[in-house]
Amino acid sequence: MTVLTERSLPRFGGFSLGMIKLELRRMMRNRRTVIFTLVMPAVFFLLFGTNAKTRHETVGGGNVTGYILVSMAVYGAMLATTSGGAMVSIERAAGWSRQLRLTPLKPVAYIAVKLVLAMIIGLVSVAVAFAVGSVSGAKLPAHAWIECGLLAWVCALVFAAFGLFMGYLLPSENVMQILGPVLAVLSFAGGLFAPLDTFGHTFATIAKFTPVYGVGQLARYPLTHDGNLWLAVANVAAWTLIFSIGAMWRFRRDTARV
Amino acid sequence: MTLTATPGTAARGAAEPAVDLDGVVKRFGAVTAVDGISLRIRPGEVVALLGPNGAGKTTTVDMLLGLAQPTEGSVRVYGRKPHDAVALGLVSAVMQTGGLLKDYTVEETVRLTAVLFGKPPGSADEALDRAGIADIGKRLVGKCSGGQQQRLRFAMALLPDPELLILDEPTTGMDVGGRHDFWQAIRRDAQGGRTVIFATHYLEEADAYADRVVFVRRGRIVADGTAAEVKSLASGRTVRATLAGAVEADLRDRTGAEKVEVRGDTVYLHGRDTDAIARYLLNETPARDLEITSRNLEEAFLTLTADDTEPAK
Repeated sequence: MTVLTERSLPRFGGFSLGMIKLELRRMMRNRRTVIFTLVMPAVFFLLFGTNAKTRHETVGGGNVTGYILVSMAVYGAMLATTSGGAMVSIERAAGWSRQLRLTPLKPVAYIAVKLVLAMIIGLVSVAVAFAVGSVSGAKLPAHAWIECGLLAWVCALVFAAFGLFMGYLLPSENVMQILGPVLAVLSFAGGLFAPLDTFGHTFATIAKFTPVYGVGQLARYPLTHDGNLWLAVANVAAWTLIFSIGAMWRFRRDTARV
Repeated sequence: MTLTATPGTAARGAAEPAVDLDGVVKRFGAVTAVDGISLRIRPGEVVALLGPNGAGKTTTVDMLLGLAQPTEGSVRVYGRKPHDAVALGLVSAVMQTGGLLKDYTVEETVRLTAVLFGKPPGSADEALDRAGIADIGKRLVGKCSGGQQQRLRFAMALLPDPELLILDEPTTGMDVGGRHDFWQAIRRDAQGGRTVIFATHYLEEADAYADRVVFVRRGRIVADGTAAEVKSLASGRTVRATLAGAVEADLRDRTGAEKVEVRGDTVYLHGRDTDAIARYLLNETPARDLEITSRNLEEAFLTLTADDTEPAK
């Protein structure tokens, strides 16, 4: 039969723009995702970061409103990338992952698509927060708008890995209902909602080893030029490694054929 | 009880088999789900894997699709490893449940499948059309009925234009109408010469749609043949005729029937070679109003599966 010889595998293990487009459309259809990742961080910023006091107090070349804006952008990017990664949990529960194994899509390509998606909504989240901030009194030096934004976004990759890890670890269909509060606690511990020096000394020290701390410090660095940059970098690198190893471990177990 | 009826199509056996299972065993811990199945399916056959729940049908299907690995033996699909055959689109499947995302529309789901197989966008429309769901393309999957979801799975399975289509209990949970529509779609499709394997415990489905029925029980093949052959092997057929003054013992000796019953002027002769019985009655006796009936597959199925002793190899 001639048909047999004509068949071929798609390029890049099935990783394609077409799949990313369809997946994005699906994510935007989910109201909870949109509210969680795009609306909530901006609302938090408007609630806590735009009073007269924060507008007039200066930090680096900007104001405290700007400082809080960057923290909220980090928070938003983190929620976005975590929920992007955690999508795998829902897809496993629905048997979709199994269905995908009946296509030429390689598991690695699937993960790559999920990471790209997580980073796209992460970027949108940061952009929305910054757009709201720019018209609500946040002041940052011109270079800091770009650098803080990029850092908040790029560092959120840690949480894409975290989301994937949790997505494979937790079989729940409502994985974000568990991860939402977890992220809130981590954000407190990482100094996103209140500076660490408002905590006791011991707690502030422990907090420096939690995963949000490094991202927050790094993202705000172009504005503040404050704190130990290398400690922050080490924090981000270590947690990225830990979450990636965790995600790979669960992922291998998930795709192993019995 | 071992019953085998090899369909008389050995002449076509020269072509590479669509499916070649050789001594396949699958164990899950202490449980043996598949206990030594060897099976060859030729291209173009429509085969029913029939058996009660837990007979090992789904496990066999999983191994054909590369979703599970056999503990022993080998599985080949068009001469390839199952997963390779799946990735090339040689074989596709309609699974029992799950495998759909609620927040995609019907059309998007099929489009995504087209993208994954590297097929042009037009192929998605064609698949929707052939599965008979083009009219509900914009509907969210979560809002579709069980039958519609099943036809969506069918559309996805059609996309790679597979040589072999596997259906695992495809009509579970469908109402009668949905079941009918679904089989209509499959039937239309199979006319193009596609090989079809379907696992089912609906006996009437195996009877109505399969060229060949493979009975599986306790992880083994208990019988293999056309639906008619298997039925006659399992239970034979019954000839009913009007014949005055018949004597039971006499008829038994002359016709070779296994069971003879005389009720007034009506005789019932039960046996495997009902043609010979009928010939005898018509040629040698004044019998009239002949009627030959087979037990339906349901009864054959019960006969085969009720036997609780281990089937001899």
